[in-house]
Amino acid sequence: MDKLEVKICFGTTCFVMGASGLQELKDIIPAKYHDRVSVAGSLCLGNCYKRSEYSKAPYVEVGGEVVEDATVEKVLAAIDAKLAANER
Amino acid sequence: MSDSPNHIHLKKEILIRLARAFASDDFEESVRLIPFDMRPKGCPVPYRCCIHRERAILRSRVIAGLGFSIESDDERTSLNAYARAALARERPEPEPLTILSDACNGCPPNRIFVTDLCQGCVARPCQSVCKFGAIGMEDGRSVIDPAKCKKCKMCMSACPYHAIAQITVPCEDNCPVSAIQKDEQGLARIDFKKCIGCGKCVSACPFGAVHEKSQLVDLLSKLKKGREVVAMVAPAIVGQFPGTIRQLRTAMLRAGFSDVAEVASGADETSRREAVEFAARMKEGAPFMTTSCCAAYNNLAAIHLPEIRPYVSSTGTPLHYAAERVKKDHPGCTSVFISPCVAKKIEGLADPNVDYVINFEELGALFVALKVEILDCEESAFTVESSKQGRGFGITHGVAAAIGSLAPEAHPCYVNGITKDSVRQLRGFALKGSCPDCNLIEVMGCEGGCVGGNATINKTKVAVKIIGELLAQSEDLKA
Repeated sequence: MDKLEVKICFGTTCFVMGASGLQELKDIIPAKYHDRVSVAGSLCLGNCYKRSEYSKAPYVEVGGEVVEDATVEKVLAAIDAKLAANER
Repeated sequence: MSDSPNHIHLKKEILIRLARAFASDDFEESVRLIPFDMRPKGCPVPYRCCIHRERAILRSRVIAGLGFSIESDDERTSLNAYARAALARERPEPEPLTILSDACNGCPPNRIFVTDLCQGCVARPCQSVCKFGAIGMEDGRSVIDPAKCKKCKMCMSACPYHAIAQITVPCEDNCPVSAIQKDEQGLARIDFKKCIGCGKCVSACPFGAVHEKSQLVDLLSKLKKGREVVAMVAPAIVGQFPGTIRQLRTAMLRAGFSDVAEVASGADETSRREAVEFAARMKEGAPFMTTSCCAAYNNLAAIHLPEIRPYVSSTGTPLHYAAERVKKDHPGCTSVFISPCVAKKIEGLADPNVDYVINFEELGALFVALKVEILDCEESAFTVESSKQGRGFGITHGVAAAIGSLAPEAHPCYVNGITKDSVRQLRGFALKGSCPDCNLIEVMGCEGGCVGGNATINKTKVAVKIIGELLAQSEDLKA
């Protein structure tokens, strides 16, 4: 099975609006999911321009799905949901 | 510091909307619409009783964002008029903080309280442990007489049911100098004769009711007029934005600044002079000296600790030397300090070489509004390179390490954050005229140093790590 890909947006908007606090996901995710999930910081993914702008930043993409107002807990929940759906 | 919970997110969003309004065709009207744009008709009401209250609070936050005091708002003046007044203003208002009474929860007064968990036990350890006779029984349960209670908390630790709790008032509890207190209506008020600008109340209030008065519009006006505007970035800015500090420099040039200087270069000057001053004082037999770079500490010494004043270094702050140089190198320019905290707003207002002070959150809002992608920027070099020691000034232990690198006789100790306790401790050292096993006291207003300032964007631990990477690439300070 392909790895589930998590992209943390470190564009200016996301960083200023709270992605700075999501950097610990880079340690948490490999420790929790090992090789099932990959995680990387990213240049601006453009969600702040495409979607409802900066008010819902920071954005994180989990397997292509956008998590808005992202927090560590929300991202982990989204990963769990994706992994469960993939197994079905 | 920052995890960007909801109230901080809101404050940042207001600043971004203000900067965007400034760039729009009709600034005044766009400002008037901010509360309506953020809470449009029919939208869910996330925090307050109704959409009208939400908008009223947002309106007040906009007033602070425009740099005005919310306390003096008569509620009749339109945001258009405030926007106009902000553009017309020559100097920012002197008091850097303002309280949004609509958002203030009017938290119940600080006291020790017996909760419903009390079982009315037979042993009654709470009663026997209380030295002040403050605990009685009513309806089979313990009650505390607030007039007798000294808040020693002995009963809290004695209760086997953990039934006794302390009700806290975050702003009051965190203010090291009792400058924020309740008024007759139970709402918080700041006494600016006592306030040292440490910013603890801003960070502590979970309702986001304490605001910095922003100078963002003042800066935007200067940028728009095409004035030569030179930014001076605090050493603590490293790690607060994505990318390297040299990418950040380019991003700031794109945002409209004419030049960007590191205040770390001013810190190098402070270190050199402070090391000389320290050696001279030691030679004269002084028991200890304290550093003088933190604005909140300088205010503390000036207003509340006359005893410590003889021991405070008279060397200027890094900002003082950096601003002096910027004004010399760029005559007639507008100088803007980019700050981690509110205390430096007070210092900036008093320093003739500092025209404005913008905090990290406000700079972030400017980048977002102008769509400046820092990670897309090339690196660009600073005219004056700063040393490793100067760049470490924003971290606890960094200032003493810098002075110690030039004055090996220094034996430092650290005040890592100004609190009620550390104020008492400092007063004790001053009155005794000695500080055990130490001759240099480094005082940081915030825990962790400037990286823990009230307006920082990144978590302290992460920021310290990123600064460490820059320090490893930087040259040592030379005398």
